[in-house]
Formats: sequence, C-alpha cells, structure tokens
Amino acid sequence: MRRALELFLVQLKASVMLAAQYRLDFVLDLVIGSFWTVAAVLPLFVVYGGPSKAGVPGWTFGETLLVVGCFITLQAVIDGAISPSLTSVLDHVRKGTLDFVLLKPHDSQLLVSTSRFQPWRVAGLVHASVVFGLGFSELGHGPSLLGVAEALLLLAVSTLMLYSLWLLIVSVSFFAVKVDNLSSLFTSIFDAARWPASVFRGGFRFVFTFVIPLVVMTTFPAEALLGRLPPSTLLASVGGAVLFALAARLVWLASLSRYTSAGG
Amino acid sequence: MSLRAVPTMLKVGFAEAAAYRTEMLVWVLSTTMPLVMMLLWTSIADVAPVQGQGGASWSSSTFVGYFLSVFIVRQLVAAWAAWEMNFEIRQGTLALRLLRPVHPIIAFATSNLAYLPLRTLVTLPVVGVLVATHREALASDWRLWALLPVSLFFAWAITFLMNVTVGAMAFLVDSSLKLMDLWFAFFFVFSGYLVPLDFFPDWLRELSAWLPFRYVLAAPVEVMTGRVSFDGALGLLLRQGAWVVGFGVIALTTWSQGVRRFQAFGG
Repeated sequence: MRRALELFLVQLKASVMLAAQYRLDFVLDLVIGSFWTVAAVLPLFVVYGGPSKAGVPGWTFGETLLVVGCFITLQAVIDGAISPSLTSVLDHVRKGTLDFVLLKPHDSQLLVSTSRFQPWRVAGLVHASVVFGLGFSELGHGPSLLGVAEALLLLAVSTLMLYSLWLLIVSVSFFAVKVDNLSSLFTSIFDAARWPASVFRGGFRFVFTFVIPLVVMTTFPAEALLGRLPPSTLLASVGGAVLFALAARLVWLASLSRYTSAGG
Repeated sequence: MSLRAVPTMLKVGFAEAAAYRTEMLVWVLSTTMPLVMMLLWTSIADVAPVQGQGGASWSSSTFVGYFLSVFIVRQLVAAWAAWEMNFEIRQGTLALRLLRPVHPIIAFATSNLAYLPLRTLVTLPVVGVLVATHREALASDWRLWALLPVSLFFAWAITFLMNVTVGAMAFLVDSSLKLMDLWFAFFFVFSGYLVPLDFFPDWLRELSAWLPFRYVLAAPVEVMTGRVSFDGALGLLLRQGAWVVGFGVIALTTWSQGVRRFQAFGG
C-alpha cells in the first residue's frame, strides 16, 4: 500500500513538472474555462430569468446552481485526473506499447491510471467555487457542516465511479481497437449531469440513476449541501460505488488476461 | 486543371469514411448536447409553455422539434480541418500535401465533404422520428425547404473556413487549438445551440445577429423549423453568404502567410 502511494506521488510529480513548463496554459485554461462556465450557467439565467418565471420542476435557481457547481467540480476532476490517462492508455493499446507498461513490476491498473495528469485543470475548481458562492448567496444561507461533509464524501464517491467507468472503457479498447474517441463520448455523456435529476423522467431517470449514475454524481451532493439527502440514500450510493469499483477491477483483470498485444 | 481530380478525391474520401464508420458513429453519438438541452427545456415546458422574448410561445413539442433539428444540422455542417491541419503541421506530414498539384485547402474540403453521405445516413433515424412525431414543429412553406440546402452549405462553408483559419494559425503559434475551444465556447452561447436565440433579451439577440455563430447553426435550424418568413430566410442567406466571403478571405490570407514559414519540422 505504501509503495502504491509512493508510486502515485511520483507519477503525479512527473505530471506537475511537465505542466510547470507550460505555465501560460494555466492562464489560458482559466480564461477559456470561464467562458465555458458562463456557457454552463447562462441557460439557467435564461430559464429562471425569463418573462414566464419558469424553472426546473422542484428546484429553485440557487439550488440548481449548486448542481451545476458539482458538475463543474467533477468535470475538472475528469479533465485533470481521469481523462488524460485514458487517452494515453488508448494510445498505448493502439500502438502496441502497452506491453512495456505490463512488463513493469507493479500493478498495471495503478500504472496506467496514474500515467498522466493535467494539473492546470484545477482552474475548474476556482470556477466551481464561484458558482457555489453564487448559488448560496441566491439561497440566502450557507450549508451546514454536516452537509458539506456529506457532499465531499459523495463527490469522492462520484470520482470513484467515474474512474470505474473509465476503467471499463479501457477494457473495451482491448477488443475494439479503433476507439480513441471513446473518451469524448465519455465526457459528452457526462454533460447530461449538469441539470437536477427532476429533468430526467421515465426511462432516462432509471438509466441515469442506476446504469450511468449521473444523478448520484451531481444531484445527490447538491441535495446533501441543502441538507435534504436521506442518510439511507447516502449509504446506498457509497455501497453501490464500492461494488461498481470492484466489478470494474474484475473486468479489467479479465480483459487483461485476454489481451494479446498488437501482434496477437 | 487540378480540379478534375475532385470527383476521384471524393470517392477516395468516401471509402475512407466507410472504413472508419465506427469512429464516425462514436463522433455522432457524442453530440449529446442538443438532447441534454432538450431534456431540460421539455421538463420546463411540460409544466407550462415558455414565452420567448420575441413573443412566440414554446411548448414541449416545439422544443423537441427545435433541438432535434439542431442535432441534424450540427451533424451535417460539421468540419474538423483545424485538428487535421494542426496535426499535419506539427508532424511535418503537410509537406506531402504541398507536393501534390491540388491545393491542400481543396483536399481538406473534399475529404470533409466525402463524409456527408454517411453522416446523412446516420441522421436519417432522427429525421424519421422528427417527421413522424413532430411534423407540426417543422416549416410548412415548401420554399423554405428549397432554401435549406443552400443555408446548410453556407453554414458548412463558414465552419470549414474558420477551421482552416485556426488550422493555419498552427504555422504561427503553438497552441492554436485553444482558439477552437474559444470558438466553441462562443458558439455554444450565440448559435442557439444551448438556448434558442428567441429567449435572449433584445440586446443579446441584436448582438448575435452581428456575430458569425448564428449563421453556422441557428440560421438553417430557423429555416427548417419555419421560424422565419421566406423573405427573412433570404436575408439570413445573404448574411451567411457575407460571412462565407469574409472567412474565405481571412482563411486564405492566414494560409498564405503561414505556409511561407512552414519548414516541415527538422528542415
């Protein structure tokens, strides 16, 4: 376990050092990211600010902003820590260089999933905190301490789930090689997470809660911040995410044993 | 004249598109944004129809018609030359294109257009659903339908020439693809991609009329869904044409300035 942590830190340090050479990128990410944040929030201003005073059923403006805040936070996590490694593994598989990773005397899952970080994407967290601030000032009160703790736990759980989804995609790439744009599919499905769950009805509600748990990732943390998430839902989310992660690990091991490299 | 090669190049491009059909399908599937926005707006309009700033009332079915049209238009006018050019300039493989007698911009354009038959095929199910279930949300004036192909072509041409401009910027600066991010951020807001322009306050709608973004997406969609009169559509086409010319000039200038600096890395 300690070696794993050390390895993780070494890989992270390598990425940070690489990123430090492109300092201008931080500014660019911050500027371009703020355009994206405006683009993410603008539809809500239009919806809630329109003449007909409409809104997402069951969610006030401030509450919806909290969901968007969670969305921007997780998007920063995806762009900064999850997606870059995904792209690099898919590249390895396509070129046949994954063999060199597998030969190393370490758990290959850990090696591939920490291979690349984009540290400057923390800029997204700055934007998220602005949106959170906006949401709470709209609501007129701050979150409770318990709410914040629950929300942080749920965001960690969401990260675990996103990572597991990511691992499944990589496993697919062993069988279908020309899938290097799967990562963009992954992020564009995640786009649906930006609205409160009441937007999804019928089949969508089921799919986005249980199959691709987008509701768990953004709506639940927002509800936790508002102090209206039932404890049982919290426990079920944590349990479900752990099970999902274990399943993803098993799929990874099974696919790895069938991986035949580029010449196979 | 080298343009004689264009039909053959289109055939080659089509074969390439057919070979990478799965990849293309994944690209199409990853255009989820219009559907995500459709979910948001219909959930709101189901409670009560939403009033646009222009005075029109949008029911749930109007939104479905609008966003499915957005999805279709987005598929048909897609261009990706900026990424291709950026890649080839960095790798130096653009040198091979420069040796050929066909102008590289024409080569990029034909390989892009060659994807059109397959992209049309993929959008057909969506067109089917749209016509079968929400015909009332589409234009009823046949003259608008006659203008639609022209509007679509202009929208594609603006997108493509903008791509060439950004692609050619790679001759001059390292991170030219960041410009694409910037374009997209503005595109999302001002093209009617996330929010139909009808919901903007007057001053924003006035502003979007003077920006290029409306003319690469909202214009064909408005023609398709009959949100403009025939005369209004002609006006839109005129403005689209002006942007095509404008971006054409910018693209060619950037290209000819940039290509002089090209040394096929290592050269």
